[in-house]
Amino acid sequence: MAAHKPRLAVFKFASCDGCQLSLLDCEDEFLALAGAVEIAYFPEASSTMAKGPYDLALVEGSITTAHDAQRILKIRRQSKRLITIGACATAGGIQALRNFADAQEMLASVYASPHYISTLAKSTPIALHVPVDFELPGCPVNKAELLEVLSAFLIGRKPVIGAHSVCMDCKARGTPCVLVQGTPCLGPVTHAGCGAICPAYRRGCYGCFGPMEQPNTASLATVWAKTGATKRDIHRAFRGITAAAPAFAKEGDAHDG
Amino acid sequence: MTARRIAVDYMSRVEGETALDLEIKDGTVTSAQLRIFEAPRLFEALLRGRSYAEAPDITARICGICPVAYQMSAVHAMEDALGTRVEGQLSALRRLLYCGEWIESHALHVVMLHAPDFLGFDDAIAMAGQHGTMVEAGLALKKAGNHVLRVLGGREIHPVNVRVGGFYRLPTPDELAPLADELREARTHAKTLLRWVAGFAFPAYERDYEFVALRHARDYPFNEGRITSSRGLNIPAHAFSDEFEERHVAHSTALHAVLKRRGSYLVGPLARYNLNFDRLPGEIQDLARAAGLGPVCRNPFQSIIVRAVELVYACDEALRLIAAYDMPPHPALPLTPRAGIGHGCTEAPRGLLYHRYALSADGSIANATIVPPTSQNQLSIEEDLRDVAQGALALEDERLRALCEQTIRNYDPCISCSCHFLKLSVRGR
Repeated sequence: MAAHKPRLAVFKFASCDGCQLSLLDCEDEFLALAGAVEIAYFPEASSTMAKGPYDLALVEGSITTAHDAQRILKIRRQSKRLITIGACATAGGIQALRNFADAQEMLASVYASPHYISTLAKSTPIALHVPVDFELPGCPVNKAELLEVLSAFLIGRKPVIGAHSVCMDCKARGTPCVLVQGTPCLGPVTHAGCGAICPAYRRGCYGCFGPMEQPNTASLATVWAKTGATKRDIHRAFRGITAAAPAFAKEGDAHDG
Repeated sequence: MTARRIAVDYMSRVEGETALDLEIKDGTVTSAQLRIFEAPRLFEALLRGRSYAEAPDITARICGICPVAYQMSAVHAMEDALGTRVEGQLSALRRLLYCGEWIESHALHVVMLHAPDFLGFDDAIAMAGQHGTMVEAGLALKKAGNHVLRVLGGREIHPVNVRVGGFYRLPTPDELAPLADELREARTHAKTLLRWVAGFAFPAYERDYEFVALRHARDYPFNEGRITSSRGLNIPAHAFSDEFEERHVAHSTALHAVLKRRGSYLVGPLARYNLNFDRLPGEIQDLARAAGLGPVCRNPFQSIIVRAVELVYACDEALRLIAAYDMPPHPALPLTPRAGIGHGCTEAPRGLLYHRYALSADGSIANATIVPPTSQNQLSIEEDLRDVAQGALALEDERLRALCEQTIRNYDPCISCSCHFLKLSVRGR
């Protein structure tokens, strides 16, 4: 029986490590999870680094180097199922702000010898490089959702992850709407999953779970403008943690300059 | 001539992507390199043009393990630039949030990342077979730290409640009260872990480091204090660049921070403890002594004991802050954007974290400099590696490699933090 445990691998690309840390933050479940699967490759947690093939690969981070663009192809070939976790892997992450700027100029501003540096002009999500079986958004991912996705894939069913907006979760939570009180909030266009925490802490959502399905960003921008937000405020809001997600990128472009 | 190479192509149980390369020729270690191949994320560049108010949320994303550290150094630097200062209960709440992060981060490192080195396991899961009680104690501690972060910050990783000038929403005393029960239990776990790690076998290795840490008039340092060192440095945060610089080292993939006049130095728990032993409450000092530590510890392998001491202290301090909590009238100070330069230095779990921002008149960031603990420690790590390996050349490759990895883990290096400074290295040979 033990020999047939599903083999789990966790891979990292350009990221802060926070999404894979969410796995270790499952303090009550971690040892049970470790018993249910074979943790074949998870360098942040273990020195056992077994070769593939793997039954399930969790991928954190975005592609920002030529080397990583090759590495993900190899990982995909070794993995029966591949799930991307977090804003970097699913949308390019905060580092995708370079996509809207002159990356070479950015490099020169950070590094003494920019010619040493090998990095791509754009930070891109994993799904632009290889087929992905499921994308779990969030910066960071919600650990309960991460456990749900893991359980679903281990059992062989579809994960139950809502695709509605943060707005709906605010209603469910009974949080008074901050937008109607005049606080700019991305909740109406942002993918649920965080538990609608920002409005519960009396601030506007800043979109770290990325766009929901079919968001009406233009309409929200109009509402923001009516509450006194400037063009620059709106531009900055859409150029955030998930700036390169197509819906947010487009709305950001509309308020540029 | 005999040549020997010890390589670790992918360091495990550290945050981020790094490799180790050791070259030995005719019985002498000729090169010890920590090669970091983490992809650069260009944070300082992408901060330009953003609002001062966005810095805590953006810089948190540098590190998923210590986001609060980034938020804290960012808000202090911004408040410095805007000519204001957060004090009283708002400042106490920041300290409480930081306690949560230290507990979470230290518990993770002590039990899940570092302890397996001392006991010969690949990971905490394998270790749990024989040391289940300790792994469970570590997880319970980590959970308690995370609980503080969740209540005060909204979530464990990348908390949403930190704001330049204070917080978005203040916790009620009723919200903090349940944390106290959990922290009292956590404190017991921390003492258990301290006794456990004190009994590990430590390589007899000491080095005369220059320790660098904040020092405050009264408290063990988190958010406040002057930058001090064991060789007499004593400067405010805004003098950081007078004394320290980052060098682009040819062999390495990283900028190494050095003291301009003296070179390498060490930040982190060992430095904090050595420079601030007298700031620890008597009971914590007694626990440290009982665990075999003096007021100064120069053995980097014993940093695991110091982390355990800091775990007990952080639980105590969090309990003290909760008991003394008196909800302030406003969650944040009013702020007016203005042009200026601000500096902030706080004690991340891994050591000193420096931020500097120049703001334009409208409060936009004109430029940013961030110096994380791991780039400051990198030179010391490499010097340790050279020394430790030189004294252990009789070991066979596998044992020597394990000892080198343990030497690196002494620092709890966070490569994700340091990587935004790094060029990509070409791996493999």
